[in-house]
Amino acid sequence: MNMMAETTTEAKQVQPMSEPSFKMLGRNVSVHYGAKQALFNVNLAVRQNTVTALIGPSGCGKSTFLRCLNRMNDTIDNCRVSGEITLDGQDIYDAAIDVVELRARVGMVFQKPNPFPKSIYENVAYGPRIHGLARSRADLDQIVETSLQKAGLWSEVKDRLNEPGTGLSGGQQQRLCIARAVAVSPEVILMDEPCSALDPIATARVEELIHELRSNFTIVIVTHSMQQAARVSQRTAMFHLGNLVEENDTDKIFTNPDEQRTQDYIMGRFG
Amino acid sequence: MSAVQQNVQTVDWHSDAIKARRKSRYAAETRLKAYGLIAIVFALGFLTILIGSLTVKGYKAFEQTVVSVEIDLATSGFDRDKLMDANWKSLVKKALLEVGGAESLKKKEQKAYLDMFTDNAAYLVRDQVIADPARLSGKSSFVIPLSDPFDQLAKGEISRDTPEDQRRVNDRQIAAFDQLVAKGVVSKPFNWGLIFNADSRFPELAGLAGAISGSFWSIVVCFAISFPVGIAAAIYLEEFAPKNRWTDLIEININNLAAVPSVVFGLLGLAVFLGWFGLPRSAPLVGGLVLALMTLPTLIIVTRVSLKSVPSSIREAALGIGASKHEAIFHHILPLAMPTVMTGTIISLARALGETAPLLLIGMNAFMTSTAHGVFDASTALPTQIYIWSDSPERGFVSRTSAAILVLLAFLVLMNGIAIFLRQRFERRW
Repeated sequence: MNMMAETTTEAKQVQPMSEPSFKMLGRNVSVHYGAKQALFNVNLAVRQNTVTALIGPSGCGKSTFLRCLNRMNDTIDNCRVSGEITLDGQDIYDAAIDVVELRARVGMVFQKPNPFPKSIYENVAYGPRIHGLARSRADLDQIVETSLQKAGLWSEVKDRLNEPGTGLSGGQQQRLCIARAVAVSPEVILMDEPCSALDPIATARVEELIHELRSNFTIVIVTHSMQQAARVSQRTAMFHLGNLVEENDTDKIFTNPDEQRTQDYIMGRFG
Repeated sequence: MSAVQQNVQTVDWHSDAIKARRKSRYAAETRLKAYGLIAIVFALGFLTILIGSLTVKGYKAFEQTVVSVEIDLATSGFDRDKLMDANWKSLVKKALLEVGGAESLKKKEQKAYLDMFTDNAAYLVRDQVIADPARLSGKSSFVIPLSDPFDQLAKGEISRDTPEDQRRVNDRQIAAFDQLVAKGVVSKPFNWGLIFNADSRFPELAGLAGAISGSFWSIVVCFAISFPVGIAAAIYLEEFAPKNRWTDLIEININNLAAVPSVVFGLLGLAVFLGWFGLPRSAPLVGGLVLALMTLPTLIIVTRVSLKSVPSSIREAALGIGASKHEAIFHHILPLAMPTVMTGTIISLARALGETAPLLLIGMNAFMTSTAHGVFDASTALPTQIYIWSDSPERGFVSRTSAAILVLLAFLVLMNGIAIFLRQRFERRW
């Protein structure tokens, strides 16, 4: 029944905990918006079953990099990406790669909760349905339930699955969006400031959730909040003016960064 | 620090200058409100004048003076199988003479008396009997419209005070008419013929059925073509087309086309559809094609705007879980844009319904005494029918023109009402 469960066990077997295995790798990634260069030769590795936080002041290119990882930048007209990004060793910008499959494998949660104006059930069921992941209605029900459970929303919405997703509170909406992303059994989940529109309590719930999701998924999260990066991530990458300043274990970055700029940013001297 | 402190201005919020300024700001607001109110009153005033004058002129066309005549068909001896060829004229003439007691008059006077009734009386009776052959077996009463001058006389449009040589009915005829009234056979029921009859030379028989059917088929053709083509074009331009010089050029041209006078589209239709393709003249098919050409640019613009107004977060949400572009558009974006698209479509169609000039050029102002049963039947349309009637000299057509305009306006109001309903019903808020 459950493709998610399969992926999970597989992922755990593949990953020996001692040495890091890289899920996604960016090599010399540069991004231009028209004539303006937004990202300069970024080299960044995303480790399997790890939460990687991208931090940095506004306009530093962290969201741009994130959106390169599932080619969401393709939807922007004058955006040009160069360099190489691989998912399990395969170049995702290769002509042979199907962008629909890529986005199913690399899901995304956006800054503003954006549920479809449909029922809660339909929101979660949509992905599995278009990808043909469920063989029967019962199958689909099961996927919806597991996804909502993984997103920690099941107990709150199980009695009103047919009510519109837009009627939920902001925090619930964001968890619904996470459930929607989880429902297609992605390998990587990208999160673009998922808590910036939420109140502290909802933020805490989502952060807790990110912790739990780590065992099943590889997560890359963009955040403006230092505390959040410190709380949820194991690896942190610091961006500034389109450059990757440094990338290291989160503990190291927040206690003893190699770069002065990182230190300054974390201490709140600029940003 | 001290320099900064010195730069901080202290404001006396109660000084006269500030008070005066505040007052003038409020005055500007009041003026703006007043201008708006005046504009609305102005617009409403003109609308009232328009509807009012049409109603005053047209309401009389909604009733028709008729005479009910008893005809005994049992004694006519008509053959059931040859009803079409029977001598209806003499039968009806006899009955009409009888009802006014005019059998004994001289031939010339009889003719003057018979002028009081519509020329087509015999055919009206024939058609009613053919529709209901049971009437052949006995006496039954038939409703015969009065001819236009007497209809006008009954409605007070022709005054009895006018000298006899200046009015269309002479004193003798008036006397005969009064006699009928005294007998109680004259009545003024609601004029269903205005809606269910086709056009006619005789105002008392002329109706809008032909025009309504012509307009209906034209709008059907117009919708069937402009709706899918407009949406497809808008989706391509909005979602797929690259942004370059060519698409810019296309966009500019579409915007320009929306502003092209409709008569030009009529000329185009004349040259292309009638000239090259050899489609039938006066056919609602051609009318619909021309109206579709005229409607398309507006529809494309409306659809593009409504597609654009769907928040990009919905698009990203769909693409983000691996929906293809096609799925994102047809599952999410288009359904959300649909209420606006439908509203735009209906309003464009309403505009097409009222369009006259292009239809005149492709011959939809023909004189047609039958209704159109399909897109190939020659017919008129509501606006061209109004145009034809407004040009007719008979008195009865004056009020009928206004009545026809009221009917057209009623259709337009209905369509706009549907548009508003759809918008309110399906509108989504984010």
